[in-house]
Amino acid sequence: MTTSQANNPLGPGYDGVAGSEMRFRDIFRDTLRAEMNRDDDVFLMGEDISGGFDKDTKEPLDAWGGPFAATKGLVQEFGVERIRDAPISEAGFVGAAVGSALTGMRPVVDLMYFDFVTVAFDQLLSNAAKSRYMFGGQTKVPLTLFARSGAGTGHAAQHSESFYSMLAHIPGLKVVVPSDPYSVKGLLAAAIRDDDPVFLVNDKKLINLTGFVPDEDYVIELGKGRYMRRGTDVTLVGMSYTSVVCQKAAEQLAEIGIDAEVIDMMSLSPFDEDILIESVAKTNNVVIVDEDTPRASMSSEFAAIIADKAFDHLDAPVKRVTSPHSPVPYNSALEQAFMPQPADVVGTVKNLLGRE
Amino acid sequence: MDISKEKLEWIYTTMYRIRRFEETMLEQTLKGNSMGVAHTSDGQEAPPTGICAHLTDKDWIGSTHRGHGHCISKGLETDKMMAEVFGKATGQCGGKGGSMHISDFSKGMLGANGIVGASIPLAVGAALTAKLKGIEHESVGVSFFGDGASSQGVLHESMNLASVWKLPVIFACENNGYAEATPSWYAVSAEDIASRAEGYGMPGIVVDGMDVFAVYDAAGEAIARARAGEGPTFIEMKTYRYHGHFHADDTSKYRKPEEEEFYKKLDAIKHFERTVSKQKLMTEKKMKSIRDSIEQEMLHAVEFALNSPMPDISTLYDDVYVNYSNPIAGLR
Repeated sequence: MTTSQANNPLGPGYDGVAGSEMRFRDIFRDTLRAEMNRDDDVFLMGEDISGGFDKDTKEPLDAWGGPFAATKGLVQEFGVERIRDAPISEAGFVGAAVGSALTGMRPVVDLMYFDFVTVAFDQLLSNAAKSRYMFGGQTKVPLTLFARSGAGTGHAAQHSESFYSMLAHIPGLKVVVPSDPYSVKGLLAAAIRDDDPVFLVNDKKLINLTGFVPDEDYVIELGKGRYMRRGTDVTLVGMSYTSVVCQKAAEQLAEIGIDAEVIDMMSLSPFDEDILIESVAKTNNVVIVDEDTPRASMSSEFAAIIADKAFDHLDAPVKRVTSPHSPVPYNSALEQAFMPQPADVVGTVKNLLGRE
Repeated sequence: MDISKEKLEWIYTTMYRIRRFEETMLEQTLKGNSMGVAHTSDGQEAPPTGICAHLTDKDWIGSTHRGHGHCISKGLETDKMMAEVFGKATGQCGGKGGSMHISDFSKGMLGANGIVGASIPLAVGAALTAKLKGIEHESVGVSFFGDGASSQGVLHESMNLASVWKLPVIFACENNGYAEATPSWYAVSAEDIASRAEGYGMPGIVVDGMDVFAVYDAAGEAIARARAGEGPTFIEMKTYRYHGHFHADDTSKYRKPEEEEFYKKLDAIKHFERTVSKQKLMTEKKMKSIRDSIEQEMLHAVEFALNSPMPDISTLYDDVYVNYSNPIAGLR
């Protein structure tokens, strides 16, 4: 048993609870298993989520165990009906998942790379997100989807996107962005138990990170952010992997005497307006850090909310650190330059506060 | 003929109800009583009637923008359907869906759908639910779509999924010869759309979509296969829509009068009447009493819709989510 570190708070009430250090990928799989054990209506669909079948026996080989081995071993426990390998046809199986959700199941879809969202986009937008509203509240769509986002792994332009803002834009969908093992456990469980369609965007750079995870069963309320670090000089707003970037930047800022507060948004739709306003009211300065491209993005949304509701608290303009308005490059030096780095955040904070 | 007297009466009632609902709805729309766009399916009564004659409320259907016939065949009430087209609070969706989104989940109706082809995987998903719950014998998924949707990728993905997963699905293609104004001879690369079923490892059947008995027989076999766990079937029904693509569409701009006359001679309701009269299965008196009761039902539906209240403006914000912690209201 270990306890959480004061510098890495999990959120209110989680200091000193029983738990252990775990890899993001392991708690992700354990949470899927726990939710499938908890509710027989939960089942998983996606490409290669077991991966491979024996030609003679037709038995699953679990050769891949899912993209990034996220679901390894689950097919042995739950069988091929509930760990359902799908042909490469995202629109078809996401649509089937919506139909299944409309008729009483709680499907969970692994879309592999986040970029593949667009292949299934009509089913997400026109059916998953709108069914409840356009049918006058007759039905609900308890569907969970997840996929891997983010640059930094040499996957190039079509396997590295972070355009979760496109999903957060859609009324009827919810979007969550875990940033560590603690948050992925609580957000994945909350997503699967939620009666609305929820997309969990999983940055690839998080998959092998470790962190403290409480043993107990818990969910993180959708729409709530958390403080990763308390400070008084400037608020750094992170989401998904940029919450890690913000924490690294805060450590570097501390070395030069700047006391940064770090907020991890965790949910993008709904999102925690109150925590943004509360923090800015205290620090009077804010930098929003986002790996998504900057136009019509979550960073622009948060900036607008702060400008609207915390304007009187601001000592300086709202600043943003984002990727450029470009596709993700392949070359690793270009790719690193594309992604918001701790040094970019530090530089922006120093400019903002007039520090050299 | 191996159809019970009650079923024959249901078939006649359903086809006549579809015909008169569409004609009445169109008349009301042109009068300005509807609030938006509506697509009529008169002429195409046989496909949904012949198929849904085999279904119960536990079976699911996916539908299209031209969905009134599917709704009626699945047992939806014409009062609430008309009220929905009129945008009223008493409508099937409280006035928030309109003609293109009429649905009734209590009757196994997954909703009319405004995106061509988009409802097809929903029916596959309903069939997947049945398979996962082990209730295929009493819950199949029927996907209605047209010749236009046959060119959509999602149909082909759905056919492949239903086949490899051996799901209880009926792909019910209503080929009315036109996708909006584009004729199927121009847009569809096969003589029979059903021929594509072979490539997905399922039976593909072509039937006369103006003959409800032919549809009934083909659907009966296909649904029995699905209920027995033997997988999906594709049924193409060659049919014809009497009116335009939508209420204000003038078909004379793209269809020849001879063609329209040709199909009117094949009229599904007249064909039914001739057949049952010849075989002495139903009296003209019985048929007239059915028609009369439908006429009364339509008068009632219009009156109900006209006299129903508008939805409260506050419902604008309802049912976007089951629950959501941010404001739904727009910024002002």
